[in-house]
Amino acid sequence: MQEVTIGIAGAAGDGLDKSGDTLAKTCGRLGLHVYAYNSYQSIIRGGHIWLRVRIGDKKVLNHGDNLNAVICLNQDSLERHAPEVNEGGVIIFNADKLKLDPTLVPKGVQSLGLPMKEICKEVEAEHGALQPIMQNTVAVGAILALSKLGLEEASSVMADTFAHKGEKVINLNVSLLKVGYEYALKNAKEFTKEWTFSKKRRPFLTGNEAIAFGAAAAGCKFYSAYPMTPASTILHWMANHATKVDICVKQCEDELSVINMAIGAGIGGVRSMCGTAGGGFALMTEAIGMAGIMEVPVVCVEVQRGGPSTGLPTKTEQGDLFQVYGASQGEFPKLIVAPRDIADCYDTTVNVFNLAEKYQLPVVLITDLLLSEHPETVDPEAFYSDVKINRGELVTEWNPEKQGKFKRFKFTDSGISPRVYPGTEHCNYVSATDDHDEESILISDMFTSPPIRRKISEKRFRKMENLLKELPAPKLEGPADADVTLVCWGSTSGVVAEAAELLTAQGVKTNFLVIKWIVPFHAKEVQELLAKAKKKISVEVNYTSQMARYIKMETGVSMDGHVNRYDGEPLEPKEVAGRVQDILKGKKIDLDVSEDDAKEMAYHYLRTHYAEKLRPVRAVRESANGQGEPVWNIELAERVTGKRGGKMKIGVHTGATYHFEKEPVESK
Amino acid sequence: MATVIELPIETYKGPVDPDWCPGCGDFGVLRSVQQAAGKCGVHPKDLVVVSGIGCSSNLPGFIHAYGIHSLHGRSVPVATGAHLANTDLKVVITGGDGDGYGIGVGHLIHAMRRNLDVTYVVMDNQIYGLTTGQASPTTAKGMKTKSTPAGNFESPLNPLVLAITSGATYVARGFSGEQKQLGDLIAGGIAHKGFALIDVFSPCVTYNKVNTYPYFKERVYKLEDEGYDPTDFYKAIEKAYEWGDRIPLGVVYKTEQETYEDNEPVLKKGPLVKQKLGLPKNVHQELIDEMI
Repeated sequence: MQEVTIGIAGAAGDGLDKSGDTLAKTCGRLGLHVYAYNSYQSIIRGGHIWLRVRIGDKKVLNHGDNLNAVICLNQDSLERHAPEVNEGGVIIFNADKLKLDPTLVPKGVQSLGLPMKEICKEVEAEHGALQPIMQNTVAVGAILALSKLGLEEASSVMADTFAHKGEKVINLNVSLLKVGYEYALKNAKEFTKEWTFSKKRRPFLTGNEAIAFGAAAAGCKFYSAYPMTPASTILHWMANHATKVDICVKQCEDELSVINMAIGAGIGGVRSMCGTAGGGFALMTEAIGMAGIMEVPVVCVEVQRGGPSTGLPTKTEQGDLFQVYGASQGEFPKLIVAPRDIADCYDTTVNVFNLAEKYQLPVVLITDLLLSEHPETVDPEAFYSDVKINRGELVTEWNPEKQGKFKRFKFTDSGISPRVYPGTEHCNYVSATDDHDEESILISDMFTSPPIRRKISEKRFRKMENLLKELPAPKLEGPADADVTLVCWGSTSGVVAEAAELLTAQGVKTNFLVIKWIVPFHAKEVQELLAKAKKKISVEVNYTSQMARYIKMETGVSMDGHVNRYDGEPLEPKEVAGRVQDILKGKKIDLDVSEDDAKEMAYHYLRTHYAEKLRPVRAVRESANGQGEPVWNIELAERVTGKRGGKMKIGVHTGATYHFEKEPVESK
Repeated sequence: MATVIELPIETYKGPVDPDWCPGCGDFGVLRSVQQAAGKCGVHPKDLVVVSGIGCSSNLPGFIHAYGIHSLHGRSVPVATGAHLANTDLKVVITGGDGDGYGIGVGHLIHAMRRNLDVTYVVMDNQIYGLTTGQASPTTAKGMKTKSTPAGNFESPLNPLVLAITSGATYVARGFSGEQKQLGDLIAGGIAHKGFALIDVFSPCVTYNKVNTYPYFKERVYKLEDEGYDPTDFYKAIEKAYEWGDRIPLGVVYKTEQETYEDNEPVLKKGPLVKQKLGLPKNVHQELIDEMI
């Protein structure tokens, strides 16, 4: 696969997401594939933003671990990301504002400082003074030149993006692209070979957008939510498209209201969905059980972010599996499904609306920040319009003379009872949270009935047996005779697929298993698959290997090793492959603070305590020297002058900060 | 407006007789809800009675209608969802003071500010009855209960003031000992376009020995007997604070305002439940095109 990865770094509010969009949409129109990942922070302005756009001529499964070019929009970004650029690549920055320390430029990497004022003279003469944000467009122009993407499609993207602002704004933006494009061609070398453009146009979207789109296509009529990152963009899509797709969108006072409204709408007879992150879902759990005992179809999207509690609001994690598994008191049927990629988000959402109505149960569609918020190009065929809608045993008319009394919770072989919505004659019943008989009369207080309770429990759980039969069992992907089987779920599947290829290329034949349908679970099939596997290693973005534990609980099969990441960032392919190799060699994981970690920690403290006046330059590992553990002695430099600014000591094992010494800096 | 064809109270006789304590105020409220539905001519297929949890929240099981006996405190959002799904339905929420003014008060305030077109009948007995007698949000100051053996030292919430100031557009108080009037008040709420809150003195004969039938009988009077005008916002607030020797019953506040349903654009195409599911091909394609 021919591929390049372009990084764009700056502060929140620098508008770099727009630059990423222009680049990605251009590729999407040329027939290239794109996967973008933005590691942003929960700050509206300021804070470090790091957007990576990986472009390939074949499907790109994750953001990868390469960096061929970087656009840096501020000094901090330049210092942090310039050293990460691969050989042959290029560092692009505004030379009027920023200074690139030559010692930070890796060997064989080009430095392309754009003299913005100078090169934009003519554009300014025609359009007036430029806003600072417009430097991004010039930089994108430079990238287009050096990555051989051409100007034509990018100009068409600009034309569509600014169509609502008129010809003049379009011309301005196209001119800026051109300025950067031409300057780069003259002053730097291209870092990739010629592409073959298939010109197949692919939409560029996030997992949340795919879920919202899928819901609309499946006939969802009611969506409720309370703002919470990283689920909010479903609400935004719904609100923006409400009248186009005829969905009643309700922002509620809290998540209790959110799910109770969605369930009320489900009882009322419409397909309804709600969405939240882990914290909001915690508030919803009681009502999940209500949908279970009332047998109301409802779809709830749980987008995981770093926990626990408020945790890491803008970072990814797969730490909520046990929360959704255990959601609500008591035992009742529910469906839990984890789509693996963006195309699957659409397909899964379409399907679960049918399953929710057919089996009359709550569905928890669990994703994570990475899947929900990273955009990628997807084949348009993935968003099929030929959606089959199956409303299950929905009764719209009832004739008591011929059909007898309507029994909402009729005990049947399938466990599925006839469902009806209010407004239907002769079918009155009560949806109750107390347990009840076939006719919905309570068996909870005055009139308890152990045999009826037993029979209605069995009826409810028979639905799960039938539902499981309808769901496809997971299959091994990759070589059948593998030495290693990687086990994963959700967004991690993209990185695992690539890591498996890497390992196989390294001589360790590797295949992998993606668990999508979690409850009900294909225990028999998974047990058989894993029992035959030679080495089984789980790969999860969490600390406690929740999926591995769940599989063990359901099948009795233990993993031979675990790969975990729990720092808020997604796994990367080389990292997974490296960890697997270590596990195979019996090498224990090294949890010490690395040199890069030490610098990253220094950045944090310097930002929070010293307003970024200093930056880490070098880290030297030293002996304990009275500190109780070896330390990283980090040299600090004054940001503007580059003069020595002090030092800081960080423990190699614990990460404790032992020492900070600020050298006197002359004040003017 | 279509002519209302009144239905007899027997239309709404439920499948099960109530299991409330003999003498419970809720019997009268149930009958008044049935009377009101009949007076408004609501067919049982179009009547949805939604409750939370508590003695009074068992009411949906005792009336011939569609019922939703939901979670403690969650009747209002469940009712909101059900009504937005099908605005052809008449939604009556029933429950107690703990359910509505305690655990569910957040939802209540927001439903009132939205002026959702539903009717909420709160059977206010100023005590938690089902859990055998603890203080509720409307328990009088000083009253001894199982959870306040030395006397309640929290001030009670004033439901009428809360409703008027939160944006409810029909606010009334009834008494289950004045069943005819209560039936009319609830019927007024059902007929009213917008959020109707009817706070009802519904004595708990088992756990509240203070706020009894005689207690109220001695104090209540009817606003309609005194030519009271419920359309004045400030007078209504003043009236809502009246407590002590004289306690008013009747419509305290009433105003005509746009409802949430009036402003929800998707409902302009008819009730959601009657709309077609899924996307037309051209809309589907447009959604893809906007992402390219």
